[in-house]
Amino acid sequence: MSFLELEHVAKQFGSQTVVDDFSLAVRKGEFISFLGPSGCGKTTTLQMIAGFLEPSRGAIRLEGHDLTAVHPARRGLGVVFQSYALFPHMTVAENVAFGLEMRRVPRSQRAERVAAALAMVGLAGYEARYPRRMSGGQQQRVALARALVIQPSVLLLDEPLSNLDAKLREEMQIELRQIQRTLGTTTILVTHDQNEAMSLSDRIVVMSQGRIEQIGTPQETYERPASAFVSQFLGKTNDFAATVDRTANPARLVAGSWQAPAPVAVAGPVTISLRPERISFADVGLAARIVSRIFQGNHWLFQCETECGPALVVRQNDGKPQPAEGEAVRLAWRLEDMSVRSSGGAA
Amino acid sequence: MSTVGTTAPQAVVASSEPSAAGTPWLLSAPALMLFVGVLVIPLAMTVMLSFHDWGQYKGIEPVFILKNWREIASDPYYAEMFWRTFRIALLATAITAVLGAPEAYILNRMSGRWKGFFMLLILGPLLISVVARTLGWALLFGGNNGLVNKLLISLGLINAPLPFMFTETGIVVALAHVMMPFMVLSVWVALQRVDPQIENAAMSLGAGAFTIIRRIILPQIMPGVLSGAIIVFSLSASAFATPAIIGGRRLKVAATLAYDEFLNTLNWPLGAAVAVLLLVALALIVVGSNALIERRYAEVFR
Repeated sequence: MSFLELEHVAKQFGSQTVVDDFSLAVRKGEFISFLGPSGCGKTTTLQMIAGFLEPSRGAIRLEGHDLTAVHPARRGLGVVFQSYALFPHMTVAENVAFGLEMRRVPRSQRAERVAAALAMVGLAGYEARYPRRMSGGQQQRVALARALVIQPSVLLLDEPLSNLDAKLREEMQIELRQIQRTLGTTTILVTHDQNEAMSLSDRIVVMSQGRIEQIGTPQETYERPASAFVSQFLGKTNDFAATVDRTANPARLVAGSWQAPAPVAVAGPVTISLRPERISFADVGLAARIVSRIFQGNHWLFQCETECGPALVVRQNDGKPQPAEGEAVRLAWRLEDMSVRSSGGAA
Repeated sequence: MSTVGTTAPQAVVASSEPSAAGTPWLLSAPALMLFVGVLVIPLAMTVMLSFHDWGQYKGIEPVFILKNWREIASDPYYAEMFWRTFRIALLATAITAVLGAPEAYILNRMSGRWKGFFMLLILGPLLISVVARTLGWALLFGGNNGLVNKLLISLGLINAPLPFMFTETGIVVALAHVMMPFMVLSVWVALQRVDPQIENAAMSLGAGAFTIIRRIILPQIMPGVLSGAIIVFSLSASAFATPAIIGGRRLKVAATLAYDEFLNTLNWPLGAAVAVLLLVALALIVVGSNALIERRYAEVFR
C-alpha cells in the first residue's frame, strides 16, 4: 500500500480551478518533485497536503488515514518554506526546538535532538545565533533542521532552494539528497527548476495549468515526454515540421532533405521532436547553416538555421574539430531518439 | 561612524580643495537656520523665562531666580497635576495598545477592499476636528441629557448618569479614541515585516492558534506596539484640546495648566516652568524607553 495518497484532489478559488483531478501515490521513503511553471498549482497542492488549504474535492490519505480531517498542527509533517519563515526573535536553537516544545519533549532530550539536527545540516555551534545574522544558505539549513527535528512522516519542501545562488543551490541539492537518503524521510519538493527536480527526485510530477502532465522517473520524463509541454519544459527540444510521403513504398517520413522510413501509426503533417544533444553532424541529412557557435567548456552549443526552421545542437567537447559559424552542415539523428506526433494534435 | 569613514578621503581632497570641508555646513545652512530660529531660540527663551520673576502688579521682571521652580517643587498641587497628566497618558496608552494591536492584526488579515474601508474608519478620529469629536462624546455621556446615559437610565440599568464630563475617565477614553490610529498604524507597519508564511510554519510544527499569537506574532510586533506606545504617550501627556474640553477648569493637566498661567493668570514665568518641566520629563521618558526597547528588541529591529 502506498504511504501518501492523493485521490482526484482539486482546489478551486471562486470559479478558478487551480488544481484539478490530482491523483498520486507516494511510496514510503520516496523523493517526489512537483515540477511546473509558476501558477501550475504545485504549491497549492503542497499546501493542501500540509493543511494550509483545504481541497475542494478529493481525498488525501497518509498510511490509509484521511489527512484532511486532521488539523495542520497535528499532521506531523515537516515544511520548509521558500522564505524559510524562521522565527526572527528566536535563536537558531530556539527555532529548531520549537516543534519539540510543542510536542512536550522534555528539556534535556530537546537540547540533545536540536544539537543532532543542527549537526546533520552542518550548523553545529550556531545554536545561539539569530537567523537575521546568517546567510541565506545557513538560514535554509536552519529551516531544514527545524522541519526534520520533529521526525516528520513527510517532508514538504516549497521551492526551498530558489533564493540561493547557483553554486550554493547545487551544494544544497547534493546535501539535501544525502540527508533524505540517510533519514529515509518521504519527501515532496515543489520546484520550477527542472535540473533540481531531475537531480533530486525518484519521481517527477510534471504539472501545467493545474493538471498532471506526466508522472515518471527523471529519465522517463526526459526521454519519453508524454506531451509537447513536458518535452519543452524538461530541457530543450527541437521541433521540425515533417510530412509523410505515402506515394513511396514503403511510406517515408520527410523533413526537408532528411528522410527515413515512416512509422506505421502516423499520417499527414507531423512534428518531429528531439533533444539537441541527440543531433549529430553528418554527410547526409537535414541541410542547415550554423548561425552561432557558443563554447560552454564541456560542450559546444550550435544555433542552426535548417530547412525546417531553427534548431539547437549540443555537441560534447571531445577535442575533435567542430564546424565554424556560417558553415553549411547536415544534421542527422537516430530514429529511436526522436518522437513523432501529428501536427495540430495536442500530443 | 561617518567621521571615521570619511577621514581618509577628506584628507586627500582637503589639500586640493579647501572649501570641501565646509560644503556640508553650507548646504544644510537653510534648514539649520530654520531649526534654530523657530525651535531652539524660542525654547531657550522659554527656559530663560521660567527663571524670571512675576508679580500681580509689577509684571515680568527679567531676573534670575528659582522662585517658580521652588513653587512647583514645594506645592503638592503641581505634583498631583503632573501625576494626573502622566496617569492619564499611561492609561490612554494602555487602552490603545490593548485594543489597537488586535485591531491592526485583524486589519492586516482583511482582504483588499475591506482593508481600505476599515483603515478609513480607524483614521476617522484624526479627520474630525477635536472640538466636534469631543462634543460628540459630551452628547453621548454629558450629564442627564447624554444619549447613552438617558438610554441606560430608562432601561433601569443605572440610577444616576455615568460621570464622564469633567472626569479623568472621560479624558482617558476620549484621548484613547483619538490616539488609536497612531497605535494601529505603528503595529500595522510592524506586521508588514512579518513573514506571511510564519504562521503556517508555526502551525506545521504543532502550534495552536493561541500559541502562534503569543509566541510568534506578539514578540515580532512588540517593537511596533512599543513605538506606538511612545507616540501615544507623549501626545497624550502633552495633549491640550481634549483635556481642556472634557476636563474643563476643574481637572487640570500640565498643558492646560501652562495655558492658564500664560493666558488667564498672566504668570508667564510659572507657565514657562510648567511647560519646560513637562518637556524635560517627556523627553527623558521617551528617550529612556526608546533606548530600553532598542536594546531589548535588537534582533527584531534589524
